[in-house]
Amino acid sequence: MHRLSDEYEALRKTVEEFAREVVAPVIGDLYERGEFPYAIVRQMGEMGLFGLPIPEEYGGMGGDYFALCLALEELARVDSSVSITLEAAVSLGAMPIYRFGTPEQREKWLPELASGRMLGAFGLTEPGGGSDVPGGMRTTATLDGGEWVINGTKAFITNSGTDITGVVGVAAITGRTESGKPEISTILVPSGTPGFTVSKKYSKVGWSASDTRELSFSDCRVPEANLLGERGRGYAQFLQTLDEGRVAIAALSVGLAQGCVDECLKYVRERRAFGHPIGHYQAIQFKIADMEVRAHTARLAYYHAAEKMLAGEPFKKEAAIAKLVSSNAAMDNARDATQVFGGYGFMNEYPVGRFYRDAKILEIGEGTSEVQRMLIARQLGLADL
Amino acid sequence: MNIVVCVKQVPDTATERKLRSDDNTLDRDAADGVVNELDEYAVEEALRLKEAHGGEVTVLTMGPDKAADTIRKALAMGADKAVHLVDDALHGSDALSTSYAMAQTLKKIGFDLVILGSESTDARTGVLAAMLAERLGVAQLTLANKVEVEGSAVTIQRVTDYGYDKVQGSLPAVISVVEKINEPRYPSFKGIMAAKKKPVQKLGAAEAELAADQIGLGAAWSEVTEAAAAPPRAAGTVVKDEGDGGVKTADFLSSKKFI
Ligand SMILES: Cc1cc2nc3c(=O)[nH]c(=O)nc-3n(C[C@H](O)[C@H](O)[C@H](O)COP(=O)(O)OP(=O)(O)OC[C@H]3O[C@@H](n4cnc5c(N)ncnc54)[C@H](O)[C@@H]3O)c2cc1C
Ligand SMILES: Cc1cc2nc3c(=O)[nH]c(=O)nc-3n(C[C@H](O)[C@H](O)[C@H](O)COP(=O)(O)OP(=O)(O)OC[C@H]3O[C@@H](n4cnc5c(N)ncnc54)[C@H](O)[C@@H]3O)c2cc1C
Repeated sequence: MHRLSDEYEALRKTVEEFAREVVAPVIGDLYERGEFPYAIVRQMGEMGLFGLPIPEEYGGMGGDYFALCLALEELARVDSSVSITLEAAVSLGAMPIYRFGTPEQREKWLPELASGRMLGAFGLTEPGGGSDVPGGMRTTATLDGGEWVINGTKAFITNSGTDITGVVGVAAITGRTESGKPEISTILVPSGTPGFTVSKKYSKVGWSASDTRELSFSDCRVPEANLLGERGRGYAQFLQTLDEGRVAIAALSVGLAQGCVDECLKYVRERRAFGHPIGHYQAIQFKIADMEVRAHTARLAYYHAAEKMLAGEPFKKEAAIAKLVSSNAAMDNARDATQVFGGYGFMNEYPVGRFYRDAKILEIGEGTSEVQRMLIARQLGLADL
Repeated sequence: MNIVVCVKQVPDTATERKLRSDDNTLDRDAADGVVNELDEYAVEEALRLKEAHGGEVTVLTMGPDKAADTIRKALAMGADKAVHLVDDALHGSDALSTSYAMAQTLKKIGFDLVILGSESTDARTGVLAAMLAERLGVAQLTLANKVEVEGSAVTIQRVTDYGYDKVQGSLPAVISVVEKINEPRYPSFKGIMAAKKKPVQKLGAAEAELAADQIGLGAAWSEVTEAAAAPPRAAGTVVKDEGDGGVKTADFLSSKKFI
């Protein structure tokens, strides 16, 4: 059931090696300086990681979403900034264009996005609220003379301001439905379009080598043909995008949780106290055993969600469970790993300090833990009571 | 151009490696098998030459069944097909027999250029390229950090202590490469998927027409009679700087012949 096929295993191993050989030696410095890892991203592009779930006819690898998840997990065992860069570029940037785009939009954007030479982003969250969409949404797009005119602000958008960002999908209110609800559509806005401003990078608690920015649109005009798929389908589009994205974030979280175990296994053999390596003490052993349990069970949860997704079965509940369990696992493991490392755990030169700073966002991004519980409860039929 | 790359499966240097207790040969089941590091550079160079000049890249591996994993990796990087020389009778072959078996196979499958790593990480004899060239009666261009092919001429930069020698030969030829030559690519998922469908020809000793008295432990010219674990690493030397730390450090390094 949850044995990887030879091909998945070969991919997992390749990315594991890449993360160890290429990412690990340089990421600490990039993180400290808050620099985007351009050279790493270029190599990931050459390996085809950005095209994993995209068909070959669009320049992709012809793999699937699970292959992407395996890559995200292995990268996050070493570093989350690199992993989230891939996650956002593929799940949020490229996949909506592949799933919902017109043939022209696919041909125009996918080959560049699948190669990693260009990054895509998706702007849903606004300063007024991310959990409550469309309640917190203020951004509008109106048709005028064959062009969409966009006004509004987006908050916390990953990959939106790098030198190689090419396009941002912007969710905007494009009118009212017959029942008076906001009609939401997604508009593709190329980087550099007049009226589209990218602010400077946020100063973040973690994910320091990942690019996160606020975007503002002031009478920003793009051709009518930049509507992604159908008008008024924006809400349905991002619900599907986020369901898939949760499985991807779960994979990333499992990677971080496992990375904590990896680091601890090395450290507790070397570090000594009271005459023994600290791994000799059962209090430490049990901590690490618990960490391994969390990483392992969270992995099974995301494998299962991915399996249902690929089989074309409903997987909303499983995706929410996987995201909830694995982000908890990441947070708990990061806290325990830091404890195992003692004072060195609080130093930025050890990966566990970075893991600690990177773990918290996993309980927030792509749906907070509360939102996951809301989704699970709704799937259990509790929403209508 | 018909390029054959010799790829050896070796035990992962990151894991504990040991010898078998029965015949003092390497215990190939004890550790994970990986592609000999320099052979990844050899594969990369073969792929680059193919990309520039056209032709085909064949992987040649002599090793037990489990070496099939490392053959897949070379195929996933982009090699077109593979020949796997596998037979229990080959177990325990020394460098002479290995070069015999591989040379026989190379004669059978044909080649314009054979590319090897300059050394394996397990046995580290570093003699295979020379032995193969000798047995095949072709040009030998070893320790290359740069390779150029023009028509039937092949030119390499051979690394030396003082820089490099430029060495030229004509095809067919045998080349060995050092790690400065290139940066091996990581296989892509498309490559991994494609590797599944690429042909791997398995040859036994009989099919490769190997003489039984020239291969295996019985034919080896050298024998490992005893083996002992390496002594544990001695404690480091601490140099205390009392204004002469630099001199002391230099003295230490020169006493160990590092400088
Ligand atoms: C580094 C980073 C990168 C990001 N990248 C992107 C991106 O690329 N694209 C994008 O669109 N967004 C992105 N986001 C935004 C992210 O998805 C949101 O921050 C997240 O969805 C939460 O929204 P919010 O911040 O507005 O919190 P709010 O929605 O304001 O929530 C605040 C708190 O209230 C809780 N809450 C809300 N409603 C309820 C309820 N009904 N019951 C109980 N509790 C509730 C929440 O769980 C949370 O704890 C990113 C965020 C960060 C920090
Ligand atoms: C620990 C150990 C010690 C040994 N000591 C000796 C010894 O002292 N004398 C001796 O004669 N033999 C020795 N052997 C046997 C030796 O492993 C084989 O002869 C081996 O196949 C060739 O030697 P090498 O790996 O040193 O080749 P090297 O010349 O170091 O390897 C150079 C290149 O040859 C190619 N190549 C080598 N072997 C293969 C293969 N099987 N399949 C495909 N390509 C290959 C690769 O491209 C490799 O990079 C030893 C083996 C071990 C494991």
